[in-house]
Amino acid sequence: MQKAAGATFRNTIILIVGLFVFWELAYLLVGEVALRSPWQTIQFLGGLMRTDLFWLHLADSLKAFAVALVIAVALGLFIGFALGLHRLSGDAMEPMLVALYSIPKITLYPIILLAFGIGISAKIAFGAIHGIIPVALFTLSAVRATKPILIKTGRVLKLSPTVMVREILFPAAVPEIFTGIRVGFSLTLIGTILGEMFAAQRGLGYLLMNAISLYNIDLIMSVTFLLIVLAASVNTLLLAIDRRLHHG
Amino acid sequence: MSRLRLYQIVIVAGFVLLLEALCLAGVIDRVTMPPPHIILRDLARLVLAGRYFGEIGKSLANVLAAFASAYLIGVVTGTILHGYKTVRQILDPLFATYYAIPVFAFYPLFIVMFGLGDGPQILIGFMLAIVAVIITTLNGLDRVPAVLKKTARVNGLNALQTARLITLPFCAPYLLTAAKLALAYAFIGVIGSEFIMARSGMGYEISYAYTNFDNATMYPLILLILLLSIAANSLLSHWERVLLARRGQT
Repeated sequence: MQKAAGATFRNTIILIVGLFVFWELAYLLVGEVALRSPWQTIQFLGGLMRTDLFWLHLADSLKAFAVALVIAVALGLFIGFALGLHRLSGDAMEPMLVALYSIPKITLYPIILLAFGIGISAKIAFGAIHGIIPVALFTLSAVRATKPILIKTGRVLKLSPTVMVREILFPAAVPEIFTGIRVGFSLTLIGTILGEMFAAQRGLGYLLMNAISLYNIDLIMSVTFLLIVLAASVNTLLLAIDRRLHHG
Repeated sequence: MSRLRLYQIVIVAGFVLLLEALCLAGVIDRVTMPPPHIILRDLARLVLAGRYFGEIGKSLANVLAAFASAYLIGVVTGTILHGYKTVRQILDPLFATYYAIPVFAFYPLFIVMFGLGDGPQILIGFMLAIVAVIITTLNGLDRVPAVLKKTARVNGLNALQTARLITLPFCAPYLLTAAKLALAYAFIGVIGSEFIMARSGMGYEISYAYTNFDNATMYPLILLILLLSIAANSLLSHWERVLLARRGQT
C-alpha cells in the first residue's frame, strides 16, 4: 500500500512536470500573440492576488458554489434515497435521470435566468442542477446495492423510513455516496463557473469573459490556470478520501 | 417492463401538465415561460418555416466533427496506450482528475488563439469527449480474456491484426459506450461554446433570443436541442442494451 502510494505520487509529479513542459513548448511555438509562459502566468497571478477586486470576484464565486453544493448534495441525497427505497419509482426514474445527465444543461440557463433574475441566485440554481443528478444516481445505486439482510433486519425491527435511512441505509452506502458527492462537487463547480461566463457581473467566470473583450491574455491565462489548479487539487484530495473509504 | 414504460410516460405527462396548469393559472408568468402548448406550436411553426435549418445544420456538423475526431483519436490512443504500462500509469492521475476540470474555462483562451470561428467550439467538444473515449477503450481492453490474447499469439498475429481481429471486436460494447459518451460530451461542448460566445449556431441563437426577450424563439429552440440530445442518447443506449443482452446469451 505504501509503495503504491509512492508510485502514484511519483507519477503525479512526472505528469505535472510534463504538462508544464508542454505548456512552455506551446508558448515557444505560438508566441506572445496568444499565450503566456507558465512563469509569466504565475507571476501575473501573484500580482492579481494582491488586488482587492480579485478577492471580491473569488469570494462571490466561492459563495455561490458553496450554497449550490449544499443544495445539490441535500436534494441529491433526498432523491436518491426516495427512489432507492421505492423499487418501481427507482426503475422508472433512473433512465430519465441518466438522460437528463447527458443533455447540454447550459441551454437551460436562460430559463433559470428568467426565473431567478441575473444575480447570485441564478448562479446557485445553475450550479446546483449540475450537481444534483450525479449525487442522486450514486445514492440510488448505493441504496440498491445494500445487502438485503441489512434491510430485512430493519424490517424485522419495524424501523420507520427515517430511522431505516439513518441507521442502516446511510452508513452502508457512505463510500458510494461519497463518490457521488465528489463527482457532484466537480460538476457544481463547473456549473457555477459556466453560469458566470454567460450572464453575471461578478465571479471568476465573469472575469474570464471580461478578459476576452479586453483581449487581456495575461488575465485569461492566470484565471484559467487558477481554476484548473483549484479544481484539480480539491478533486485529488477527495479522490484520496474516496479510495480510502472504498478499501479501508 | 410495459408497466415501467407506462409509469415513465405518466411522470413526463404529469410534469408537462403541471407546467401547463402553473402557466395558465399565472403562477409562472408569460415573461418567464409560455405554456407548453404554445412552445410546441412555436416549435412546429419554426420547423415548418425552416427558419433555423442552417443554424441547426451548422451546430450538428460541428458536433459531428468534434465527436468523430475525438472518437477516432480516442480509440487509437487508448489502444496504443494499453501497450505502454508506464505511460498509462503516469497519465492515470490526469484521467482521474480530468472531468473535475472546467474545460470551458479554456474557451476564452482558444478564442484568442484561433479566432471566434468553428475551431474553438469543435476543440472544446473534442477535449470534453476524448478522455471519456480513451478511458472506456482502456477499460474494455483490460477485460479481454487471456485465452483470446494467447490465441492471437499462437496464430502469429501482429499488434495491428490482434487489435483489428480480436481485441477491438471483443470490446464492441465498450466502444459503443465510448461513442455514447463522446456524442453527449461533443453536444455539451459545442452547444455550450456557441452559447457562451459565438457568431452562429443553435446555442448562439438561444442566447441571442434570450437577450432580445424573444421567448417565442428561445423556448422552442431549447426544446429542440433537448429533444435532439435525448433522442441521440436513447438511441445509442438502446443499441448498447441490445449488444450487451446478446453478449449475455452467448
